[in-house]
Amino acid sequence: MDTQHKFTSRTWPESPEKTTLEGKNKFLGFWLFLGGETVLFASLFATYLALKDKVPSDSHKLAADMFELPLVFIMTMLLLTSSLTSVYAMYHMKNYNFQKMKTWLIITVGLGLAFLGFEIYEFNHYVHEYEHTFTSSAFGSAFYTLVGFHGGHVVIGLGWFLLLLIRNSKRGLDLYNAPKFFVASLYWHFIDVVWVFIFTVVYLMGMVG
Amino acid sequence: MSTVAQKKGFLSVLWDYLTTVDHKKIAILYLISGGFFFLVGGIEAMIIRVQLAVPDNSFVSAGLYNELLTMHGTTMIFLAAMPLLFGFMNAVVPLQIGARDVAFPFLNSLGFWLFFFGGIFLNLSWFLGGAPDAGWTSYASLSLASEGHGIDFYVLGLQISGAGTLIAGINFLVTIINMRAPGMTYMRMPLFTWSSFVASALILFAFPPLTVGLFLMLFDRMFGAGFFDVSMGGNTIIWEHLFWIFGHPEVYILILPAFGIFSEIFATFSRKRLFGYAAMVFATVLIGFLGFMVWAHHMFTVGLGPTANAIFAVATMAIAVPTGVKIFNWMLTMWGGSIKFTTPMLYAVAFIPSFVAGGVTGVMLAAAAADYQYHDTYFVVAHFHYVIIGGVVLGLLAGTHFYWPKMFGTMLNETLGKITFWLFLIGFHGTFFIQHFLGLMGMPRRIWKFLPGQGLELPNLISTIGAFFMAVAVIVLLINIVITSVKNERVGNDPWGDGRTLEWAISSPPPFYNFKQLPLVRGLDPYWIEKMEGNTKMTPAEPIGDIHMPNNSFIPFVMSLGLFIAAFGAMYQVDWRASDGESFVWALPVLVIGMLITLGSMAVRSLKDDHGYHIHKEDLMEDEEGGRD
Repeated sequence: MDTQHKFTSRTWPESPEKTTLEGKNKFLGFWLFLGGETVLFASLFATYLALKDKVPSDSHKLAADMFELPLVFIMTMLLLTSSLTSVYAMYHMKNYNFQKMKTWLIITVGLGLAFLGFEIYEFNHYVHEYEHTFTSSAFGSAFYTLVGFHGGHVVIGLGWFLLLLIRNSKRGLDLYNAPKFFVASLYWHFIDVVWVFIFTVVYLMGMVG
Repeated sequence: MSTVAQKKGFLSVLWDYLTTVDHKKIAILYLISGGFFFLVGGIEAMIIRVQLAVPDNSFVSAGLYNELLTMHGTTMIFLAAMPLLFGFMNAVVPLQIGARDVAFPFLNSLGFWLFFFGGIFLNLSWFLGGAPDAGWTSYASLSLASEGHGIDFYVLGLQISGAGTLIAGINFLVTIINMRAPGMTYMRMPLFTWSSFVASALILFAFPPLTVGLFLMLFDRMFGAGFFDVSMGGNTIIWEHLFWIFGHPEVYILILPAFGIFSEIFATFSRKRLFGYAAMVFATVLIGFLGFMVWAHHMFTVGLGPTANAIFAVATMAIAVPTGVKIFNWMLTMWGGSIKFTTPMLYAVAFIPSFVAGGVTGVMLAAAAADYQYHDTYFVVAHFHYVIIGGVVLGLLAGTHFYWPKMFGTMLNETLGKITFWLFLIGFHGTFFIQHFLGLMGMPRRIWKFLPGQGLELPNLISTIGAFFMAVAVIVLLINIVITSVKNERVGNDPWGDGRTLEWAISSPPPFYNFKQLPLVRGLDPYWIEKMEGNTKMTPAEPIGDIHMPNNSFIPFVMSLGLFIAAFGAMYQVDWRASDGESFVWALPVLVIGMLITLGSMAVRSLKDDHGYHIHKEDLMEDEEGGRD
């Protein structure tokens, strides 16, 4: 099927992200890429666990001294909700409702930005309150690398959504850009899953471990 | 194609290759640049052997020797063996599965240019203050103490080229899953396609740990982090784990495609279906799986404890089982076959005993208790050169002769090919067989010089003489390539006469769209099946129609160039900070500009629609009548 073909909501295929060969390839290739990303984060988690609370002297703060669950809970809720809103966006994409898809994606981006704001506040807080920095200890390096890689993924995800929204804002959905929206939302879900693990392994286990 | 290319000017050919997204041209780019780095790594090896030819030699200094051994290993693994295998995978896999191109032609080009710029960056270290000198494994305890920028070149260069490898791996996985011709089921795929598939899956899961390891090293060396710095609470063993979680699958990433090439060659020149096809596929997948379970056998002497050592020892020995299955299947493929001893077949036959020797020492090394004796001696050097040269390099040389006509449309000279083969085989065993005994006599690896009077003189001299045989063999191969290219005698679809798989059913080199009509695959070895039924061509699976093709693009080159530029900035901002902003003021701007070039070209790629173009049915019909591609 031609990628530039114009559709109506009646002729729009059921799985627009997998209707063309390009879409199918993109869909599969991106899932595979996420498999590689999983190993990447697994390596970072392993490194973090090996270096958790490993500091050069007693004066350094440890995980249990610093982390505050209320803040992390708010961040978790923001990111989990943003995953839900991106599901709504994809629901409307599949129904060929471009306006509603845009609205939900913009809400997703807003929630992601709020998450990012809290994360910046959190890092800033640790650096200035506890002198817990990237270069203060192996624990600091491992913490900022793991959580920072996730934060970097959030930034890329937001930039991706924005770029797609700006580029396609006037021209509506077709089989050329539907896989792009879909794949970006897959990426967003992956970021969400990684955060669930960070919440558990870094923060919850940091409070009790 | 090439007759057309000759009429074009040099610049237009160059531009064509800089922007190409055609898997057959990217294959040639991989072959040329991988071949270039192979020569560079080979020269480094020759200097090492000259230094060790006589005791107490001072041909090179101790520091330079460390740089040479590091760059020899790094270059041969990352910049020669893998790209050359990617060259063959690009040239052959899409043809073997009856596809018009890979799944992501743009990413294919990006993967190549990332590898290329990463390799160039790494090798520029020779001219910019010294190469890395902590071994190809670059253990953190050594590399954090290494002065200058050598290790930074290693970290950044491998980071860039590693990204290219990951992209190429994903591309091949999707290509093989999604782009197979009608009737090409998984269990009808040629063994080279299968082994490329498994190797690509290994790349997907093995490269991210390397990426992380390199990032941690980069942060430690360039941004003051403390991952491996014990005084900051760090742990130097983390690098070893991350490196080997990547490093062990990496050797299977290298050997599996070579196994695939040999499987094709054995079947072709025994003129017999591959014996035990299903068992071969199963063994390939099993080797790929087990490859992730054995990394700590490189770390037996680290002190992980007897339980960990025992588990990893047993897992390692288990890999001998599927490998043995393969060895027997290759021998039984030849059994009763009508064998033709062409150059590729000679390599294949020589591969079996050579590789088995490497496998046997592998099982010896896997015995953890005994490994305390072998560890870091020339026994290990002999072992891994037996598997890598006896397996991978023989496979690459065999593949070069076997697929040369398909890639370039002309045959390499068989007589010169056989001279190369014999010189190389004698040189290889001459160099490395004796090193087993050097190791058992206690000669440690990675030493700059040895003392006289310890019984090490003669074996080392023999080893060096062997290395010269290999060097001469490679020179003969180069002469062969030049002579063949100058003569340029064109060959037909199936120059070996016994081709079994789809790539031999179309012209050499194939037209840029590969298959005018996608072929109908009716079983394993589809071209052989058609031949046996008296057909000269594949049965088409579709009528002639328009073919959709991707546009060429210069963006992959620019994207990779941006990272190349940024890497210099990342490296020299260390000096900038060390000098309190007095010198190297350009470093940070260069880092930013490089990243902007890369991100900008990514944005351009994303914002600009690229729908490709169509070759129309009428033009295809005309081609047929005109009798040229």
